[in-house]
Amino acid sequence: MTEQNLTIVQAVRDGLYTEMQRDDDVLVMGEDVGKNGGVFRATEGLWDEFGDNRVIDTPLAESGIIGTAVGMAAMGLKPIPEVQFSGFMYPGYDQIISHMSRFRTRTRGRYTLPMVLRAPYGGGIRAPESHSESKEMFYAHEAGLKVVIPSTPYDTKGLLISAIRDPDPVIFLEPKLIYRAFRGDVPEDDYTVPIGEAAVRREGTDVSVFTYGAMTRPTLEAAENLAEEGIDAEVIDMRTISPLDREAIVESFKKTGRAVAVHEAPKNGGLGAEITATVQEEALLYQEAPVKRVAGYDVPYPLYALEDYYLPSVARVEEGIRETVNF
Amino acid sequence: MSVLQRDPQDQVRVLDEDGSVVGDVPDIDDETMVEMYRYMRLARHFDTRAVSLQRQGRMGTYPPLSGQEGAQIGSAVALAEDDWMVPSYREHGAALVRGLPLKQTLLYWMGHEKGNKMPEGANIFPPAVPIASQIPHATGAGWALKLREEADKAVMCYFGDGATSEGDFHEGLNFAGVFDTPNVFFCNNNQWAISVPRERQTASETLAEKAVAYGIDGIQVDGMDPLAVYAVTQAALDKAKNPQEDECRPTLIEAVQYRFGAHTTADDPTVYRDDEEVEKWKAKDPIPRLETFLRETGRLDDESVDAIEASVKEQVADAIDAAESEPRPDPSEMFEYAYAEMTPEVEAQYEEFQALHEKFGDEGFLRE
Repeated sequence: MTEQNLTIVQAVRDGLYTEMQRDDDVLVMGEDVGKNGGVFRATEGLWDEFGDNRVIDTPLAESGIIGTAVGMAAMGLKPIPEVQFSGFMYPGYDQIISHMSRFRTRTRGRYTLPMVLRAPYGGGIRAPESHSESKEMFYAHEAGLKVVIPSTPYDTKGLLISAIRDPDPVIFLEPKLIYRAFRGDVPEDDYTVPIGEAAVRREGTDVSVFTYGAMTRPTLEAAENLAEEGIDAEVIDMRTISPLDREAIVESFKKTGRAVAVHEAPKNGGLGAEITATVQEEALLYQEAPVKRVAGYDVPYPLYALEDYYLPSVARVEEGIRETVNF
Repeated sequence: MSVLQRDPQDQVRVLDEDGSVVGDVPDIDDETMVEMYRYMRLARHFDTRAVSLQRQGRMGTYPPLSGQEGAQIGSAVALAEDDWMVPSYREHGAALVRGLPLKQTLLYWMGHEKGNKMPEGANIFPPAVPIASQIPHATGAGWALKLREEADKAVMCYFGDGATSEGDFHEGLNFAGVFDTPNVFFCNNNQWAISVPRERQTASETLAEKAVAYGIDGIQVDGMDPLAVYAVTQAALDKAKNPQEDECRPTLIEAVQYRFGAHTTADDPTVYRDDEEVEKWKAKDPIPRLETFLRETGRLDDESVDAIEASVKEQVADAIDAAESEPRPDPSEMFEYAYAEMTPEVEAQYEEFQALHEKFGDEGFLRE
């Protein structure tokens, strides 16, 4: 298999291209996805390759984009609507919650929605207001949806292809902080990475650190730094936040007895709470210390002059891990 | 007959591209006309400097307004002091007229919330980033004035051509029609919603004609003709505040214009539009148009133009100095303004933050 060295955003594009080549029912739609190739260039060149009926520049209307994609998917197409920033998904929220998540259930499987809603999410790029939030739990809380967040170029393409082939609607959130931060080997052919499976990014024995998306890198950096202090942290990238790979959480926790959750989304009701509940329910007797959550604060995401204070930093993650290990 | 009484497909004009008079010059005193010109020059120079600050890494992403000064200044000058303005994110020129110092506009785009704290007495809502989301607020604000029997004031809402595709546009204008609120909805149709042209937003021939379906008035104006914009806005504001028996209060104004530059500094318009088109619209530049008119009518001369140019440069340079001298906000501000009183949870997180900050200092947080 030929390999290419791609960034995450290039891997998104490659995943779209690969599936559009393979399956004529797959189409991309959204604001500026066509001639402009997407504001982050995630759809670059696709309009030239596949034309106006499969790479569709829409009017500026997220409810329209998501709602019409629901209609297309119900008719058997595989639309991949893009919302330019996750902060602009809310006009389409009614469509996501009232329809996208429920079509299968409501019709007892007569209609299904094989669609993927893509959006870049998260902070750290000195973006304007409403461009930096991490609201993935809005969608994780909604049964009937799958919510995927990759953190490497390889996973991005493989998970995106899985999402497109999945018979159910998938929300695919892309960590824009690391869209171009590094490159990784990505096969040219099609391949899949399964939805709902976490990945162990660093093996360790003292503490399990659960994270995903753009926080994976600072978490790994913290783990490496702490190795010099004699703390051996295991780092697990959840990759899918719904359905959550509870088996991976429990397995790692049984080994270490200590857990830290790291995410940029707010602490209240964040994935850390779900991870904490999982170890309580499944592995209480293995527990050696309280579970620590290193997360965004429960305040509105600040404009960028203060965003570094809001996002979990390497030092904050290290301190959280130390606190848990030294309990 | 009011300037508003015409088909929404007509376009109101006062000055042609060369600055010659082709319509009724509105009744504006000489001083105000020259002030309009000065504001337009100021907005243009500010815009050029802001783009270059972004390029130099001294400011974050910034949405330029060049080409749109005629619409922004012409409309904002028509507002009375106690009228209200509900802007989108590109209205730095209009906000300036309404009393928002340039320093604050810079601070906002430099990532300081303080930029959004409008000075006392400046009746401006914070700019709305999500497209069209401010339109229902403007209707609500106008409705509030009416409910409190203060409809001798009006609320002006700014938005772009792309916004007319959003549900909030429909809902905001529909409420305005139903409750007959004292509103002016000012659509800056600059032809492009990032890369998507106006023709792809709607199959309607004009945006102004959308007003018809809400039972309100719609009018199209040459948005690069500041005098025409002033005339139309003034008439719409008058009607909002003092409607005749057969008149509705709200008006949708479509100001036809062009954004000379990128959507934001993160955008590259050469990918999606031709130089030829840009040049065609640059011939309509509102600034030389008004300058020609003012010179030919004896309101401006070389000396006054030079003086304006010098004062504009100084004012922008001072604003940049002031904004760049502003220290980074204290991180405590993140926690202080979320609620009137910190909730116990926020307080606990604030304490945890303070302990970490004390232990690690800024180095524990700030990235390269």
